[in-house]
Amino acid sequence: MDKKLEPIIQALQENFSITFEEFRGETHVFLEAETIIAALTLLRDKYDFELLSALSAIDFLPQTSPRYHVIYQLTSLARNLALQLRVPLADGEPHIPTATGVYEVANWRERELRDMFGIIPDGHPDLRILLLPEGWEDKHPLRRDFPLGYEEVQFTFNVDEINLRKPYAKE
Amino acid sequence: MAQLQEVSIDQFKHLVSERALTGETMLLNMGPQHPSTHGVLRVLLELDGETIVNCIPDIGYLHTGIEKNIEAKTYLKAEVMSDRLDYMNTTGNNLAYCMAVEKLVDLDVPERAIAIRVILTELQRIASHLVWLAAFGLDLAAMSVFLYCFREREIILDILELCSGQRMMTTYIRPGGLWRDVPVEFEDAVRNFIKIFPKRIDEYEALMTKNPIFLDRLIGIGKLDAATALQHGVTGPMLRASGVNWDLRKARPYAGYEQYDFNVPVRAEGDTYARYIVRIEELRESLRIVEQALNKLPLGPVRSDNRKFIPPPRSELGVSMEALIHHFKLWTEGFPAPDGSIYQAIESPRGELGVLLAGDGGAKPRRCHWRTPSFDNLSVLPKIVKGHLVADLVAILASVDIVLGDIDR
Repeated sequence: MDKKLEPIIQALQENFSITFEEFRGETHVFLEAETIIAALTLLRDKYDFELLSALSAIDFLPQTSPRYHVIYQLTSLARNLALQLRVPLADGEPHIPTATGVYEVANWRERELRDMFGIIPDGHPDLRILLLPEGWEDKHPLRRDFPLGYEEVQFTFNVDEINLRKPYAKE
Repeated sequence: MAQLQEVSIDQFKHLVSERALTGETMLLNMGPQHPSTHGVLRVLLELDGETIVNCIPDIGYLHTGIEKNIEAKTYLKAEVMSDRLDYMNTTGNNLAYCMAVEKLVDLDVPERAIAIRVILTELQRIASHLVWLAAFGLDLAAMSVFLYCFREREIILDILELCSGQRMMTTYIRPGGLWRDVPVEFEDAVRNFIKIFPKRIDEYEALMTKNPIFLDRLIGIGKLDAATALQHGVTGPMLRASGVNWDLRKARPYAGYEQYDFNVPVRAEGDTYARYIVRIEELRESLRIVEQALNKLPLGPVRSDNRKFIPPPRSELGVSMEALIHHFKLWTEGFPAPDGSIYQAIESPRGELGVLLAGDGGAKPRRCHWRTPSFDNLSVLPKIVKGHLVADLVAILASVDIVLGDIDR
C-alpha cells in the first residue's frame, strides 16, 4: 500500500467498521451503506479528496449477497492519491444514500446508476431518467440478468417474416 | 408503434424558477438537432428575454450500450468498442483500455511500443484539439479557422492511416503492445508534421487570439471557479483553465511520460478565453512530446512475448505446434483474466478518462465502466451559463469541448 494512504485507512478504521483489500497496487475499502456519506465527507474535508472521479457499480450475479458493489473512486489532487470505496448491496431493492451533498458530480452519476442498475439513491434531488429513453424506468440494462438483445440476420427466405415483427417506425 | 408522449412542465418543476410556471419566462428547447450542440445534445433553456435563467441539459440521444456490449465480448474483441466512445480521441481510448487490460492481467509492454503509443496519442490529442478549435471558430462565425484546422487534422489522420490502415477507428494499440510495427515512412511523415505545424498554430493565433470581436465574445464569459469545477468532477483543460494544475501525465505518469519535458498550461481566469488559451498552448506542448518521443524511439519488438495473451506471429504458425495452439486458443476463446477489478485513468484531450475493468476469472469482462470526461464536464454547464445570453451559451458549450459519444456511451 502507498505509505501516504496508511494514516487515511487508519482513520477510516477508527471511525467506521471497514475491511479493505488490495489488488494490483490499488486499495479498495469496503464499508456499509449507512456510513458511506460520513466517510466521503471525512475524506473530502480532512484528507483532501476533492474529486469524485467515478461512481459506478459492478453486478456480481449469480452471487446475490452481496450482489452489487457500488464504487466510489476518489482522487486527491493535493496529495496525489487514489482511493476506492465500495459499498456491497444485497439483491432485491438496493438503496444507497445520495452523495450529491458531498460531491455534486454524484448527481448525474447516481441518475445513471438508477438507470443502469436500479440502485436507488435515497434523497436525490432530481431523479429523472438520464441516459435511457422514456418508459425505461423499470428496466435496468447493465444488470447481468438483462438480455443483450440482437438483430435477426435477414436472408431472402425469411426477410418478410422478420420485417413483420421488426419494430420499424411504421405509419 | 411507439406512443407519442406528452411532456408537461411538471417533470421540470424543481429545476426551473417560479416565473416559468406562470409563463413570465419562456422555456425554449435547443437541440437535439442544433448545429452548435456538437452532436445530439438537447438543452432546455428558461429565458428571460435573451438572458438564461436556467439550463437543463438532456443527454442520452447517442446511448449505444457500449458498456453492456463489452461484457459479451472477449478482452481482445471488446477493444474495437473503445474507439466508438470518443470518436475524436480513438487512440487515447485504445490506450486507456489496453492499459486497463494490461494492469488486470499483469502484462508487460515493450519500450518501443510504449514510445509509439505516446506519439500516436499525442498526435491524436492535437487532432482532437484541432477539431475543437475548428468547431469553436465555426460557432463564433470564424469560418476560415475551420478550414485551416481540418487541413492539418487531415495530415494526422493520414499518419494514423499509414500505421493502422484506418483514419479514425484505428484499434492500433493492442493489449501487450501494438498491432504491428510502424511502417518505414512513419518517421518522415511525423517529422514533416513537426516541421510545418508550429507555423500553422501561429496562423490560427493570428486569426483569433487578439481578434477584438473574438475577445468580446469570450472574455469574462462562462466563468468557472476551481472549487465548483472540482465539485462537478471537471477535469482536463477545463480544470486547468480554472487555475488547478492537474494533469495525469505529470501527476501520475503512465506510458513513460516522466521522460519527456513538457509544461502543463494553466490559466487562472476560468472563463471561455482561458479555456481557449490552454488548449492552444497544449497543441504546442503535445508537439514537443511527439518530437522528443520520436527522437529517442528505441528499437525492438512492439509486442509482449507472453504467448498466453499475445497471439504468435503468423510466420510461426506453420512450424510450431505451441504457436498454433496459442493462436487457436486466443482467437476462439480469448485469455482469462483474474477475478478482481482495477481502475486505470489517463489524460484524454478532454480530461480524466478512466476505465473500471472487472474480470470474473473467464475470458470476458464482468464489467467495464468508462469514466468519460465529457460527461462530468457537461454536468457543470447549468452553473456557468446562468445570466448569460443565448449566443454566449453557444460559445460556452463550444469551449467545454464535449463529444456526445463520450457522454452517452
